[in-house]
Amino acid sequence: MPKPLISRSLPTALLALLLAACQPDMPAEVRSGLVYCSEGSPESFNPQLVTSGTTIDATSRQLFDRLLDINPDTGEFKPALATHWERREDGLSYTFYLRPDVQFHQTDYFSPSRPLTSADVRFSFERIMLTEHPFHAVSGGDYPYFQTVDWANRVVRIATPTDDQVVFYLRQRDSSFLSNLATDFAVIHSAEYAEQLIEQNQRQRLDTHPIGTGPFKFREYRKDVFIRYYRHGSYWGEPSQLEQLVIDIEPNNAKRMARLLTHECDIIAYPRMAELELISKRDDVRVQQQTSMNVGFWAFNTSKEPFNNSKVRRALSMAINRDAILQAVYFDQAEAATSLLPPTSWGHNPTLLPVPYNPEAARSLLAEAGYPYGFSMTIWAMPIQRLYNPNATRMAEMMQADLARIGVRASIVTLEWNAFRRQLRQGEHDSVLLGWNADNTDPDNFFRPLLSCNGVDSGTNRALWCDPAFDALIAQALLTDNQTIRRSYYWAAQQYLAEHLPLLPLAHAKRFQAVNHRVEGVGINPYGGIDLSTAFKRPDKDTP
Amino acid sequence: MIWHYLIRRLFLLSFVFFALTCFAFSLGHLFPGDPLVNFSGISQPDDELLPVLVQQYRLDDGYLQQYIAFLQRILQGDWGLSLASQQPVLFELTQVFPATLELVAYALLISFVLGVPLGLLAAIKASHWSGRVISTIALLGYSLPIFWWALLMIMLFSIGLGWFPTSGRISVLYEIPSVTGFMLPDILLSGQTYWQAAFQDAIRHLWLPAFVLATYPTTVMIRFTRDAMLNVWQQSYIKTARAKGLSRSQVLYRHGLRNAMLPVMRQLGLQFSTLVTLAMISELIFSWPGIGLWLLDSISQRNYPAIQGGLLVISSLVILVNILMDVLHTLFNPLARKQANG
Repeated sequence: MPKPLISRSLPTALLALLLAACQPDMPAEVRSGLVYCSEGSPESFNPQLVTSGTTIDATSRQLFDRLLDINPDTGEFKPALATHWERREDGLSYTFYLRPDVQFHQTDYFSPSRPLTSADVRFSFERIMLTEHPFHAVSGGDYPYFQTVDWANRVVRIATPTDDQVVFYLRQRDSSFLSNLATDFAVIHSAEYAEQLIEQNQRQRLDTHPIGTGPFKFREYRKDVFIRYYRHGSYWGEPSQLEQLVIDIEPNNAKRMARLLTHECDIIAYPRMAELELISKRDDVRVQQQTSMNVGFWAFNTSKEPFNNSKVRRALSMAINRDAILQAVYFDQAEAATSLLPPTSWGHNPTLLPVPYNPEAARSLLAEAGYPYGFSMTIWAMPIQRLYNPNATRMAEMMQADLARIGVRASIVTLEWNAFRRQLRQGEHDSVLLGWNADNTDPDNFFRPLLSCNGVDSGTNRALWCDPAFDALIAQALLTDNQTIRRSYYWAAQQYLAEHLPLLPLAHAKRFQAVNHRVEGVGINPYGGIDLSTAFKRPDKDTP
Repeated sequence: MIWHYLIRRLFLLSFVFFALTCFAFSLGHLFPGDPLVNFSGISQPDDELLPVLVQQYRLDDGYLQQYIAFLQRILQGDWGLSLASQQPVLFELTQVFPATLELVAYALLISFVLGVPLGLLAAIKASHWSGRVISTIALLGYSLPIFWWALLMIMLFSIGLGWFPTSGRISVLYEIPSVTGFMLPDILLSGQTYWQAAFQDAIRHLWLPAFVLATYPTTVMIRFTRDAMLNVWQQSYIKTARAKGLSRSQVLYRHGLRNAMLPVMRQLGLQFSTLVTLAMISELIFSWPGIGLWLLDSISQRNYPAIQGGLLVISSLVILVNILMDVLHTLFNPLARKQANG
């Protein structure tokens, strides 16, 4: 009997396909691209509109430039779009001199006709501060970082005497002004592009189809799938060696790790700390580490009963076994926090002690506050992994068990990230596990966004704590440049917080990322988002 | 007449679609939040837009008028905006749906190519050891939980051996504009200089998810082909054919296989909903940007307009395929044709 043809040819065909499948032969355009696997989709392509680290990582340093930058090694300012700047004697005005011949991105939706001028700088900042500005209300009209630093009230006016000079006039001395301009949020947009969008009646595209002066330009974005950038050919600085940069979006930690191991990702954001030791043993993966300016904390909603009572807050704080959390959640890759400010900050108050772990004392303190039988509360755990809190759900579960010992019945709430932020903003939480990554070296960057009254309105103060005495302390610290005087105010502010505990600082984590062994030149910036413009891939010697 | 049968099927189809649209419509009211937002997907309609939308969606009228307005919008292709991306839901569906169809199609192809010959072999050699081995493997494959199987395959072939990538349809570094939404034709249409490398890369990405997804239909195919073939083999017309002097293979192909494939085809129709469910799980595990992954994302993002649209498309597909298979079965099977006509 003749064998059926199909069963004779099938194995051969399968084998042929399989062999074809395992010989990757990448063309040059593809080889010179880099894949950065990130943990989530950006909310917008305009860093002015956000504070979330995911969005900043994806957009700020890749697409845009600022007037000045911070040198990550020394913490000092260095020129970016402004080559130099002057401060008037009284500290009430700053003049910036712009770099000549800075080109904006040329894309299929915009062709710039002129280089950067002072009009672009003015446009970028007036959008934030002038409510009648044609772009102010576009995309919601919220500028959370600028609202927390009270930008609109601090900057009186922006003048452009010539094409290459911009003058900022301030209402009062503000020693954090330059630091604010150096943050990832203070990016420069193209005024010419904005005019074109007004004509086309498509203003919202400024925030979805960005035009900047940064090392990469926007190409395409598929939500929850990937973002594609091309190199900006006429970049003013050192041009990137990468033809294209793709940000591959994968919220699942295990899958991100798997893609690093299969070389689908060149760099992964936020590798799981539990796996760091394991992957550092591999030859094809390198783990990079750096201390970073951040803090993970547990914020109480101080606008609600019973969390408006500082005794209750202290009792809850004392019930938490922090050492167990540091071990189980941070895998001992973090320092226990005694204050909101990390020890690397010049404003850190070293005299503070951590809140002790003492369930007995916590129970009696709770009884003293009028809750001998405890109460029910919610702990909101953020759904994504951040440096300052690698696993909020796990942390919340441990805290739930700790709180049960003092009679407090906690339930855990977790939602998709955007929904989570939206509902936090409405103040629906009792308490929340969150954190903060510094945007610049100034201690003010921790206090004002997280705990000032302005922070309540702009939605960065999740403790909803508004205390005039505390606000006065941190406001006074801004009126002088003398670091010794400023430090004394910040020490007092930290002391004040330790007494009132609107939030419990938990840990300062180290920042990690895992990169393929062929990738070099990735900078981890302790003050903000990742910078991929200097990254490059060494050619692989193993494959021809 | 066969037309009567077809018209009856068409009636059934329209009733099922009616029920389906009723369900999708009621979701807009049952989901938490404002029905206007749930239907339109415009999260914060301004004061000018609000009355226009209320008018357009007939939200001040009774449920019947609202439902009619809903049907009109569905037919006109206005499926609202996705709350997550503020893009039209229908546009997003055209981006993700072909990816799922592509995956399911290749999985079915694999299951035909593997399942039918193996099933035949298992029937012919029913008492031989090779037949028993095939039957055992089929049973094993049928009972494998797909998520576990998929992870096992990833562990072995991706992380262990490094042969196949773990996720996506193609390496993200290849830039393939979406024309048809189907990856392989799109690569050919893209006009990129590296289309050959891209094609190979897409095949590499296709292998694991298609194979994992094919596991279940292949085992179904093996089992039903085997059972149907054993059943047909007992029929008297086979004995007649043999007695006429036809060779064993002639009987097998001309008389056996054709009749045996009829119940297999019907089974495939019935199993299609399971296949779609499994496709959604595979998409999740292999980050395959299809409708399943999109729908699961939409559910976790509480993206109500997208959930509505996604449910409508997936259930329509399942119902259409079911009825199509039923009709084909009737057309090819003289016995069923007779029954259908009463």
